[in-house]
Amino acid sequence: MLAFLVTRLLHAVGVVFGVAVAVFFLIRLGGDPTALFLPPEATLEEIQRVRHLMGFDRPLPLQFLDFLGNALRGDFGLSLRYEQPAMGLVLERLPATLELSAAALALSLAIAVPLGILTAVQRGRVADRAGLLFSLVGQSFPVFWLAIMLILLLSETWQLLPPSGRGGWQNLVMPAMALAAYSTAIITRLLRSSMIEVLQSDYIRTARSKGLASGTVIFVHALRNAAIPTITVVGLQVGALLGGAVITEEIFAWPGIGRLAIQSITNRDFTVVQAFVVFMAVLIVSINLLVDILYALLDPRIRRR
Amino acid sequence: MDVLRRFLRSLPAATGLAIVLVALAAAILGPAISPHDPDAQDIMSRLLPPLSQGEEGAHWLGTDALGRDILSRLIVGARVSMLVGVSAMVVSALVGVSAGLAAGYDDRGVGRALMAVADVQLAIPFLVLALAVVAVLGPSLLNLILVLGVANWVQYARVVRAECLVLRNLDFVLAAQAAGTRPIRIVTRHLLPNVMSSVTVISGLLVAKMILFESSLSFLGLGVPPSIPTWGAMIADGRNYVANAWWVAAMPGFALFLTVIGINLVGDRLRDMLDPRLSQVEN
Repeated sequence: MLAFLVTRLLHAVGVVFGVAVAVFFLIRLGGDPTALFLPPEATLEEIQRVRHLMGFDRPLPLQFLDFLGNALRGDFGLSLRYEQPAMGLVLERLPATLELSAAALALSLAIAVPLGILTAVQRGRVADRAGLLFSLVGQSFPVFWLAIMLILLLSETWQLLPPSGRGGWQNLVMPAMALAAYSTAIITRLLRSSMIEVLQSDYIRTARSKGLASGTVIFVHALRNAAIPTITVVGLQVGALLGGAVITEEIFAWPGIGRLAIQSITNRDFTVVQAFVVFMAVLIVSINLLVDILYALLDPRIRRR
Repeated sequence: MDVLRRFLRSLPAATGLAIVLVALAAAILGPAISPHDPDAQDIMSRLLPPLSQGEEGAHWLGTDALGRDILSRLIVGARVSMLVGVSAMVVSALVGVSAGLAAGYDDRGVGRALMAVADVQLAIPFLVLALAVVAVLGPSLLNLILVLGVANWVQYARVVRAECLVLRNLDFVLAAQAAGTRPIRIVTRHLLPNVMSSVTVISGLLVAKMILFESSLSFLGLGVPPSIPTWGAMIADGRNYVANAWWVAAMPGFALFLTVIGINLVGDRLRDMLDPRLSQVEN
């Protein structure tokens, strides 16, 4: 188990390092990146000031070492717009994003787990077909359009919920619904297919034939094993799910890191974009690492590989 | 023909195919079948609700804030969606399948390096990366296709590699190797044909994903240049009038939603037909 942990940890560190390198070179893809950080009408003096401030006038290998050294200490430079540490800005907005993601995930699981089980058990019948249609619709909804239609119905027409901002639970409902749509669809489909597979296996037949109640077989014996592949794939999709959060936050003016990222791109505040991408990479890799460990704890066969 | 008949035996798949064909027809014929000039502004008939009668004839889906006919703009906007969706998928497939074949045939040096790159890419929040790249390079159709294409190769690479690792040890490949066939020929003649059905399945579903990505980027104003009508930009535009003219945002969104459902239905059916192991579980 220790060897497994060490290998996975080293791999995770390697991936984050790779992301940092990729970000460093992407920003410098078009040569001197100074222009990226400035409005088009900047004067020569401003250009030189920023070039020196950002260290773009130093040799590339030195810039790279500086970048890595600073990054290791969590220093990604100053935001040119807010004149505050870029990583600090990202971390400041993190609680809002975590709140939204947690609410969306809870909502997804509350719908997808019962629906996944129901459709698998009722395979081929009306409930199954309705469940599949539901997940097809959820998977095909453009997040931003769903968000606007929710605002149209629940805020503009029925005046039930505030259209934007962060505050009480009322503010959380619509963004969470918009963000949950896609993951609910995906989790339902995955759980359904792994439940179907597990329900056909020998140990389930044994459990049934020794007279266990059907509820015990489904919820205790089958669900535990069917959950493993579902958790893995959901873990791998975290990146895509967080991408949805970017758009959701933008539409509902939710003050999280996704909205910060979009604003920074529009404002050409690339130090913040850099900090955001590296932070997200750490987050995604950590979640995948957690999933790997969870997987190994649930299934001893994985540890020996 | 037999394949088509088998395909159409499922009602959802037939519905999906019909939707896709309508969207394709709109994309190809575009201006030729649009009832009005999609760019013609008419301030006198701005924000007309669906089914209203303008000076120049009926506006079946209403008009936008500049008095432009929404149906005509939808028809013309289909072109960008389909063009970007399909081209970006082709770019992804070319990069991903080549990488997957290379990594699957040689799973030491090249293969390991490619899979490491894939891991790094999966850890980068794609949408933000795409936005940043488009912001740096400037919005253009080509940039958009390249960004979307390069960003989605990993799925192909992983699946193709996994299949090649199995195929590589089968008798027909070992026999070809023993006979002294050059590696490039083994890859193109023996491995490639055997991964094509998985590649087809991924491609169908990826086109739908690409269309959603394109419209998200256009919605945020960082997709194609604003002069070209796109569904995403139309929704962004309609967002400002959602309180008194819901149709401006609702119509393009509905077109997008239907198109994506259609493609997903076709993709699901393709998967069921090409991959019996999956269909047994999924259906």
